[in-house]
Amino acid sequence: MELVFFLCAAVKAGTCLLYATLGEIISEKVGHLNLGVEGMMQMGAVIGFIAGFTFGNPIAAVLCAALAGAAGALIYALLTVSFKANQTVTGLTLSIFGVGFAAFFGRDFVGKKVPEAITTFFQPVRLPGLGNIPYIGDIFFNQSVYVYFSYLLVIAIYIYLYKTKWGLNTRMIGENPVAADASGISVDKYKYFNILLSGALCGLGGAFLSLVYISVYPVDVVGGRGWIAVCLVIFAMWNPGKAMLGAYFFGALDIASFWLQKYSLPVSIYLFTALPYLATVFVLVFTSMRKNGNKKEPAWLGKNYFKEDR
Amino acid sequence: MKKKLGVLMLALIMIVVSVAGCSSGSTSKSNQVTKVGFMYVGPADDGGWSQVHDQGRAKMVEHFNGKVETVVKENVAEEKSAVVSTIRDMVDQGCTIIFGTSYGFMEGMAEAAKEFPDVKFEHCSGYMTADNMATYFGRIEEPRYLSGIVAGLTTKSNKIAYVAAMPIPEVVRGINAFARGVKSVNPDATVNVSWTNTWYDPTVEKAAAEALIQQGCDVTAQHQDSTATMEAAKEAGKLSIGYDLSAATTMPEVYMTAPLWDYSGYYIDRVQAVIDGNWKTGQYWGGMNDGIVSLDTLTSLAPGSAQSKVDTATAAIKSGTLKVFAGEIKDQTGTVRVNAGAELTDDAQLSMDWFVDNVVGSVK
Repeated sequence: MELVFFLCAAVKAGTCLLYATLGEIISEKVGHLNLGVEGMMQMGAVIGFIAGFTFGNPIAAVLCAALAGAAGALIYALLTVSFKANQTVTGLTLSIFGVGFAAFFGRDFVGKKVPEAITTFFQPVRLPGLGNIPYIGDIFFNQSVYVYFSYLLVIAIYIYLYKTKWGLNTRMIGENPVAADASGISVDKYKYFNILLSGALCGLGGAFLSLVYISVYPVDVVGGRGWIAVCLVIFAMWNPGKAMLGAYFFGALDIASFWLQKYSLPVSIYLFTALPYLATVFVLVFTSMRKNGNKKEPAWLGKNYFKEDR
Repeated sequence: MKKKLGVLMLALIMIVVSVAGCSSGSTSKSNQVTKVGFMYVGPADDGGWSQVHDQGRAKMVEHFNGKVETVVKENVAEEKSAVVSTIRDMVDQGCTIIFGTSYGFMEGMAEAAKEFPDVKFEHCSGYMTADNMATYFGRIEEPRYLSGIVAGLTTKSNKIAYVAAMPIPEVVRGINAFARGVKSVNPDATVNVSWTNTWYDPTVEKAAAEALIQQGCDVTAQHQDSTATMEAAKEAGKLSIGYDLSAATTMPEVYMTAPLWDYSGYYIDRVQAVIDGNWKTGQYWGGMNDGIVSLDTLTSLAPGSAQSKVDTATAAIKSGTLKVFAGEIKDQTGTVRVNAGAELTDDAQLSMDWFVDNVVGSVK
């Protein structure tokens, strides 16, 4: 029974990572390595909380968080798509900016409580039917609506990327923008759309922390989880389904030490905090050895496309 | 040519401005205002440890009524280089005494103390001293012991959660003192420890508390700087012992009491000493008698029998008849660490790296 509680907590801990990872997958699929995940999550977290606190409406809070994340992504898109700035540096800058943005605007809200209307809206709800399945129901279907929405997103993003024309075009741009451009696809428009969508998802991931996971607004609620999401994209091999598994695995590692400590294992707790990153290193090694192009990074990832150089 | 002239003019303006800036700086210095630096490990309004120090600082500033100015730096990383560069910056701004309020600042402060022999350094909770570096701390284990009495009387499942930051002597000592208090009223109860490896990370603290509650704990205690542990208790319908600051108004659903700090008295004394020119190094370790530590007033959630037991123990601690670490004390393996009639020395307390027998968890 304790294992069930643990896995239920792992799903909760992994949900913020799942949103951000899905976002980053979309951005990388279109060829843009956006290291600003942490920053966009921070912006979503703080704006989501401020909106929730001001309006007392969960939908408004979530929408504002998504817009805030997208606004962060817009800065990135302007610099890298339109002005062809270096993607790595721009992303890092966005992360630093987001942390400062959250600290500045969140200052007056530290210690404030999430309004009652929002906490009740996001309380865990046992789904009829699915929630009664033994074990599985307790782990996956006794969660907040915010978590359920992420399940739907995984499916929606999978369909978008692999079953629609737009997804095909998106992936094509990430693999070979020259060919995409030649076949009449509007490269920049696709890039803007996907990067903004990615930012909105990161914003949602941040707001999960400030609106659902924690009930009193603290300083630095995201606390570096954006970087784990960047690792997770590689861990998941750019696949939304695997991102889900990876997010819960990393979520479980995140909280594992608290559940294992009572057994007094002869293992240092520092090892547990390092585990997600160690796992990523292994996955990096494996993916670089792989021959299968489907499970590798998009060929043009991190490279800007200059139409004039064609 | 015009461009060159423009550049020259700009350079000239910059020089003039920077010189003006310098001169204005020196006039304020001659104005007999003592500048005091404060380094915090978290934000000044973290609702815990750093806020306690900031309240002490504010009271000190008020006490000196304009004669003292403070330079505050929040979120200082517990790394030597970060600490040293923060101190250099504070000395540049004219600070003559600098308080560092986290254990991890110790080595950086010791190094800076060599670099700036004329500046006084005060380090909270460490053990390194120098001619111009003193340490200060309080015997929080006294009120911790008292809060253990409250927790021991409250628990029904006989499992008490303790969310703890870092496995260092300060925290271990607090857990042991708490467990001693629990044992004095409830020998069957255990204190279940979970390490978070961070002083301040509400999400991590909450996850740790949730894990302990799911394992059957029905009262929480904490050595963390945020209120996240109490939030977890609130969601699960359990009760809590806080830390650092009273949470009677912020967490009324779960809060019973907390061991509290009040550093203002110490800050006033030490800054006064700098003003008078008779500051001396030392190792201050005050207790409940000095007012630096205390137990908060019990709320109505605390069990009815707690008040009288706490009152008796408080009086005994203040009069010296009750020592928190007086024998006989066994550790987790059953080995007797302190014989009956003896007391653990201050040195042994300051380097404590073992748990008493009613603690579940390990020090590592």
